[in-house]
Amino acid sequence: MHTYILRRILLSIPTFLGAVVLVFVIMRLLPGDVVSVLVPGGEGTTASTEQIQRLREQLGLTRPLYIQFWDWFTKAVRFNFGQSLWTGQPITSEFKLRYPVTISLLVVSLAVSVAIALPAGVLMALKQDTWVDYALRIFTIAGLSVPNFFVAILLILGLLLFFNWTPPLEYRPLWEDPWLNFKRFILPAVATGYRLSAIGARMTRSSMLEVLREDYIRTARAKGLREMVVVSRHALKNAIIPVVTLIGLEVIALFGGIVIVETVFTIPGMGRFLVDAIFHRDYTSVQALVFVFAIFVLVVNLVVDLVYAWLDPRIRYR
Amino acid sequence: MAWPQAQEQRLMAGILAKRRRWLAGLVRFARRKPLGALGAVVMLLFAVMALAPGLFGAGNPNVQDAAQILKPPSSAHWFGTDNFGRDMYSRIVYGARISVYVGLASTVIATLVGLVLGLVSAYYSGWVDNLVQRLMDILFTLPPLVLALAIVTMLGPSMNNVLIAISIPRIPGTVRLVRSVALSVNHTQYMEAARALGAGPLRQMFLHMAPNCLAPLIVYATAGLGTAILTEASLSFLGMGVPPPAPSWGRMLSVEAMRYFEILPWLAIFPGIAISAAVFGANLFGDALRDALDPKLRGRT
Repeated sequence: MHTYILRRILLSIPTFLGAVVLVFVIMRLLPGDVVSVLVPGGEGTTASTEQIQRLREQLGLTRPLYIQFWDWFTKAVRFNFGQSLWTGQPITSEFKLRYPVTISLLVVSLAVSVAIALPAGVLMALKQDTWVDYALRIFTIAGLSVPNFFVAILLILGLLLFFNWTPPLEYRPLWEDPWLNFKRFILPAVATGYRLSAIGARMTRSSMLEVLREDYIRTARAKGLREMVVVSRHALKNAIIPVVTLIGLEVIALFGGIVIVETVFTIPGMGRFLVDAIFHRDYTSVQALVFVFAIFVLVVNLVVDLVYAWLDPRIRYR
Repeated sequence: MAWPQAQEQRLMAGILAKRRRWLAGLVRFARRKPLGALGAVVMLLFAVMALAPGLFGAGNPNVQDAAQILKPPSSAHWFGTDNFGRDMYSRIVYGARISVYVGLASTVIATLVGLVLGLVSAYYSGWVDNLVQRLMDILFTLPPLVLALAIVTMLGPSMNNVLIAISIPRIPGTVRLVRSVALSVNHTQYMEAARALGAGPLRQMFLHMAPNCLAPLIVYATAGLGTAILTEASLSFLGMGVPPPAPSWGRMLSVEAMRYFEILPWLAIFPGIAISAAVFGANLFGDALRDALDPKLRGRT
């Protein structure tokens, strides 16, 4: 197991480096560099060509690309990303404020989707081809079809219409006011989690159907175990392995949903930061965000692989 | 010399029989997979909407009427009007064009690029394979929407750039799929026979390996269709899609709709339903197609 973990970690390093280099080069190849954002061109420009050139030198943009990269990279690995072009604030301090928000949203979304996916999937498998199955199948396909921002709008409209309730807009850290946090995050979490719960439920259904046909399930039933025990202890335990992997991998896609939902609900997280940075052409922040996202994805992939190897020992010996 | 009549008749009969078999196949598909058939009908409906918006009684989607700003649904404006006094119904019907175009075109691009890269990767193995696979790994390190957003930022928002931004995140999955199928047929006897007969690399890849990838590729591409439409809507929603005044469904849901939907719900409801219905149709169809073409699931429900 240890060699497997080590090998997996070592293998993901070149991928990460490749992604970081790619993003860096792309950001440098963009038409119009940092200076053209800092110094607006066109009418009423006061900066002379000389001044622009001096600014370029000050920012180190005239140096060879690989030196620029090395300079940026050695700082980035210590989580020093320089300053935001838009706000002028250090990006790292911005991250420190924002990442707990996004992580809590991610965790609540994940909890919501698992809480829906497992029971729905098991129910669909047990009631295969009945109206329960069909209804839940339409519910899950809808989950894959309705865009998360529309789910958000429908939720807000529905709650307003039927309960005359609007979600709170302020934000306080989880440990200060858990109840406010719940009220704040439950709607965005449902909006992002619905899609993942649909994917999870479908996977649970097909995985359960496969397991329920196994001999050991027949044996368990034959020796007179209660159906409840057969389903939960024998079937679900085996059926859940592929579901865990899938949900783990879909966490990455969940991130895309969070970018949108943070915008809809004006939640000051990492996703909102990305959208703002892109809007203001704040390249240093975009670069830093991509760096952090790439680390996040690689860590998730690693964890999923390790969990899988731990659940299914056959994987390790390949 | 003219063809003997009997032969011509036989030929015609053959063509007719083939056509009938196709029809019978379609009917069988519709009967076995009613949900899939429903999905196909919905997709067809949006395709017709995209090709001939006039059939649906849609007027010019960009005509502004200062006297008709933010009007609720009425007999003149079925879905109400937006903040420029434009007819929402016409805009939604014309919006099908963008979604259908982006959905289909990105599917074609991702499938073709993925097919070529996957085949090359499997056929040449060694460092070529390694290079392609590592590149795909790099593309996999970003969430698809974040990658698409980054690409649009880089290239600037326009129809073609949005198309590229939606296609690229779909490529790595296609490459992996094609590669795995191609690898599994590379050592079959008919590949050896082709090689023994002196077939060149192109002939081997595209005439012998590619047809084997077709069924899984069709399933994968169809399954991605809905996601592509969703991604376009999401990009537009974030203001990074096809630039205005193009009637993109996602954009209709953003700025004004987000500000006023609690008092003017029609601004958000109708475009939202349009996106959901189109993706729902694509997903239903994709699901049924997978069940019908996947040999592992055949004969099971």
